[in-house]
Amino acid sequence: MNVFKVIKDIENADLEIYERLNPRRMVIRTISSFGSKIALSSLPFVVSGLLRKAYGQELPQKIVDVLNFALTLEYLEAEFYTKALAANGLITNTTAKDAITVIRDHENQHVDFLKSALGAKAVAKPKFDFTASGTFSDVFSNYDTFLAIANALEDTGVRAYKGQAGELMENDNILRYALNIHSVEARHAAHIRQMRRARGGVAANLKPWITGSNDTGISAVDPIYANEDNKIQADIDITTLNGINGKISTGAATESFDEPLSKDAVLEIAQLFIVS
Amino acid sequence: MKNLKMNNEDHQPREDSLSHTNLKRRSFLKFTGATLATSALLATACNKNKDGFPDMEDGVYMGKGDVAILNYAYILEQLEAAFYTKIAESPYGEISDLENSLLVDIRDHEIAHREFFKLALGDNAIPDIEVDFSSINFSNRDNVLAAAKAFEDLGVSAYNGAGQLIQQPEYLLLAGKIASVEARHAALIRDLVRNGTFADDEVVDANGLEISKSPSDVLTAAAPFIKTKINARDLPTY
Repeated sequence: MNVFKVIKDIENADLEIYERLNPRRMVIRTISSFGSKIALSSLPFVVSGLLRKAYGQELPQKIVDVLNFALTLEYLEAEFYTKALAANGLITNTTAKDAITVIRDHENQHVDFLKSALGAKAVAKPKFDFTASGTFSDVFSNYDTFLAIANALEDTGVRAYKGQAGELMENDNILRYALNIHSVEARHAAHIRQMRRARGGVAANLKPWITGSNDTGISAVDPIYANEDNKIQADIDITTLNGINGKISTGAATESFDEPLSKDAVLEIAQLFIVS
Repeated sequence: MKNLKMNNEDHQPREDSLSHTNLKRRSFLKFTGATLATSALLATACNKNKDGFPDMEDGVYMGKGDVAILNYAYILEQLEAAFYTKIAESPYGEISDLENSLLVDIRDHEIAHREFFKLALGDNAIPDIEVDFSSINFSNRDNVLAAAKAFEDLGVSAYNGAGQLIQQPEYLLLAGKIASVEARHAALIRDLVRNGTFADDEVVDANGLEISKSPSDVLTAAAPFIKTKINARDLPTY
């Protein structure tokens, strides 16, 4: 329902879009024929290049960049859960299946939403390899591996959206939409973490919130949690603040604020799962 | 956080403002999740004007611009911190160790948020607010978790809805850092109420977007739980 509003916002930023509706189909074709050969990090540049060619001028680059960055992550998550639910014998418990279905549906909705918002400017879906070149070879046959990757991807999503909010400040509605996706990713992350905790093992003490830096028990995902253990907010050391019994603990200080991740850092992480 | 002090030079009341108009225009209790609210509570929360809507012209002045938004967050964090502190002081009978430790965690997060805003706002911080939890039966698990769910969902929708009103990128980022933690709380509480409801369609729309709320809607929803009169005259809203 809000898709039209987003499109309207982009129209407002790019008043001539209606005159450009004809070349739009051509752009889509050009991008998708290119798609599989383009390295992810260069996608925004290539897209803007094609659009410049088709439209004769620069589009609101900040908007396009951020939304395409988000779209790439949502493609990744949507395909991940789609494949997991389709994998025979991976998720056998009905409750778990229901939860993963809820999450998958949200990720698909995010893909659709962002694609609609971007229109011709939407990047094509990359080709993914969820084993990360063999690092997680049993991702779709071992339930615990699957949940661990889901945990990492959701926390990445939360950090990624947070890191881009400042780039969207010029457009109230798009900023709000991004924030509204951001918190949904955090809800997913919290639930996946509870699902993992219920499995025990390395995740036996995992909480819905992130304690310290990488608390997932999977060292391969360390970069996803870089600087998550920050306890200084706006020059205030949270551990110097008064809690109930003494000062706020370091654990609570790190749990109570989620940290952003830069676009480059997120793309580097996403690149682990992108073939082309 | 120097900017906070510079941005708040105007403490003088004005006769009219957007926020006040909006508060009047909207129905007083839009927050359907807050099943605990009663009209009796509303009467103690705010004076009513002749239209039956809360009169926000008197009371604790929140400031304007980003200061007002940060005080707005500070109010919500005070409310949440007080709520979880009360739970931890007298946990409901059948609480499990795990559930208790998670709720104590949340209490500590909310206290960290509250104390952070208080220190960051400095002289611009509003005084401590007085809360009213008389509608919540703290010995009843269902009642406590229903209230927790309402507070957490409201908190997330508040941060999401306020983002666009923030002027300084630094504060927007801070709000985002807290918002996702509140969303984690909300998901956990919802799963404690009923597993699998962490992001159901009460809070997420058909586009997969969380439902956000304007400051005036949020304050209206929170009003039954706040005794202190709040003057939101210059609080940015829409």
